[in-house]
Amino acid sequence: MNNPLLKIENLHASIEGKEILKGIDLTLDCGQVHAIMGPNGSGKSTLANVLAGREGYEITAGRAWYRGRDLLAMAPEERAREGVFLAFQYPVEIPGVSNIYFLKAALNAIRKHRGEPEVDAMDFILLVKEKMKTMRMDEQFLYRAINEGFSGGEKKRNEILQMMVLEPTLCLLDEIDSGLDIDALKVVAEGIETLRSPNRGFLMVTHYQRLLDYVRPDVVHVFADGRIVKSGGPELARELEKKGYGWIERYLEDRA
Amino acid sequence: MTQTAERPGYRRHTESLAAQEPAWLAGIRRQALEKFERGGFPSPREEAWKYTNVSAIERKRFTIAAEPGGIDGEHIRSLLLPECWHLVLIDGHFQRDLSHPALAGDVVLCDLGAARLRHPELLAENLGRAVDVDHGFLDFNTALFHGGALIRLKPGTRLPHPIQILHLQTQAAAIPTRHLMVLEAGAEATVIESYTGGEGGLTAHVTEVLLGENARLRHFKIQEEHARAHHFGGLYVRQSAGSDFTQTQFALGGFLSRSEIHVRLAENCRATLDGLHWADGRRHLDSHTRLIHAGPHGVSRETYKTIAEERGRSVFQGRIVVEPGAQKTDAAMNNRNLLLSDDAEVDSKPQLEIYADDVKCAHGVTIGQLDPDALFYLETRGIDAEAARQLLLYGFVNELIEAVEVEPLRRYLHGRLDRRFQAIDLEENP
Repeated sequence: MNNPLLKIENLHASIEGKEILKGIDLTLDCGQVHAIMGPNGSGKSTLANVLAGREGYEITAGRAWYRGRDLLAMAPEERAREGVFLAFQYPVEIPGVSNIYFLKAALNAIRKHRGEPEVDAMDFILLVKEKMKTMRMDEQFLYRAINEGFSGGEKKRNEILQMMVLEPTLCLLDEIDSGLDIDALKVVAEGIETLRSPNRGFLMVTHYQRLLDYVRPDVVHVFADGRIVKSGGPELARELEKKGYGWIERYLEDRA
Repeated sequence: MTQTAERPGYRRHTESLAAQEPAWLAGIRRQALEKFERGGFPSPREEAWKYTNVSAIERKRFTIAAEPGGIDGEHIRSLLLPECWHLVLIDGHFQRDLSHPALAGDVVLCDLGAARLRHPELLAENLGRAVDVDHGFLDFNTALFHGGALIRLKPGTRLPHPIQILHLQTQAAAIPTRHLMVLEAGAEATVIESYTGGEGGLTAHVTEVLLGENARLRHFKIQEEHARAHHFGGLYVRQSAGSDFTQTQFALGGFLSRSEIHVRLAENCRATLDGLHWADGRRHLDSHTRLIHAGPHGVSRETYKTIAEERGRSVFQGRIVVEPGAQKTDAAMNNRNLLLSDDAEVDSKPQLEIYADDVKCAHGVTIGQLDPDALFYLETRGIDAEAARQLLLYGFVNELIEAVEVEPLRRYLHGRLDRRFQAIDLEENP
């Protein structure tokens, strides 16, 4: 079993007839952190959402393999139970359902899928409270409705908290750094770092290099107009930061 | 309707009530009956009744439930909330042995049927004062009401327990009941009206509320009659300066159910109306609300939530009137509808009538399905599609239940509603 954690081959995806992804090839191995950077509208968030199974996208060509399985054929909840996690750019507010209930229902759904018994209520509370400390979240967040009335930073920390509790294998992070001040960014990055492991992979979509100062990627891909126009090591992110995204537009013009 | 055909024994019934009553009340009864005989129940041609056609009620020609039906004490006790004072009405008839009347000192809490003979002065002074609308159900009720609750609190009295008034329908007959609640200055109470049972009968109820200065009433209505029951429940509230009125309604039952809520706010009053309609099966649920800001600095908040599924139909009409002089009114109304099947129907009609220039009035209506982003969010955490759907629906309902301050009522509502969510584990309330 030497399948890569994630292998994307020539992936094309459209929304309402408009092609957003125009042939993505990417291989991510366990233990790796890949960053996807690029200007707004380049398709990087679309990739994360297509991989998590969001409705409304049409896959017009290509495949995506998750540990050798056809990822795109799986329902979103099945992907989640198999270990795929999407941290949302805009986490959704769900009034009337508490965070703690949601976390426990999600963990039990995943455990059930793995043939494990439901988590013990006391163990669960202890586990969650410990993770909340890392995320510098007050325990009262557990008893509040999911994301309701949370600030931008609280919502993002809550995404990472869920990721820590569910312990996925493939973490898709969609602009986890957007809307964060520097302190919140550090906490979020610290949370991601605690999860970094040889048995887990990360695909981080980000507009800014800032996050990569705290979560050092192994590979950086630059997206433009639905394609990867350049891949490289962490130095590529710094180059982007210096040069901005303008050179990509010129690159695209040259190609056209 | 302009049928003058024979009404099943209504005149005889009115006369037998009037025979024991003081002349002023007998006169009101006879007058109301005459009006009802001429006009009948409201017609869908009337604007306020456009979406709720009650001609089926007209056609049924219900007789009046002259006697209470047989009772199963065990069943009734299961419907009574702990830590509350109870008044039980079976088919509109007061049940002394299941109730806790109090007739002394600062609190009068008793059967209105008995009070109209024993405390005629209380009725003479207050009956009809809060009612400022006019239609067949009110005439019908005024002509024929017998049992009900009389609650009168002297200034500053605060009831230590909520009062639950249980209405049980056991026969296919008309049940005209009436409550009169008089809270004098600074008095505070919590009242829960529950409507249950229902053998295809007609509940034709009126509650009148008079709030003195700075008085406060928390009112709950739980309407969960059986699928063949017909229900009309009118609530008429007249607030004095500085008073606070809240109502939360859970409309869950009956075949055809109409609630109307008319609140008149004076200076510095606050009124809050919240409600849930759950129109499933072939249920028709209508809430017709009107808030009149008659004095300055009033605040009103209204939030109605609707679930319409299967062949259910939900009607919400929300009217806010700001009278000239009601400056600095702050009113907000919101109606959120979940339309969950092709055969379900939602009608929503918000109306603002503003005759003052320095006011803040907002209203919003949404009609839609469950939020696809929220469903996807739950699914990406491993929760399957059906459980995600039920969890969102649960959240929609639970938000309203959790806002109920009366703990035994909250527990009761969870007991009634949680079982509708089979796909999620609610052993621990989310």
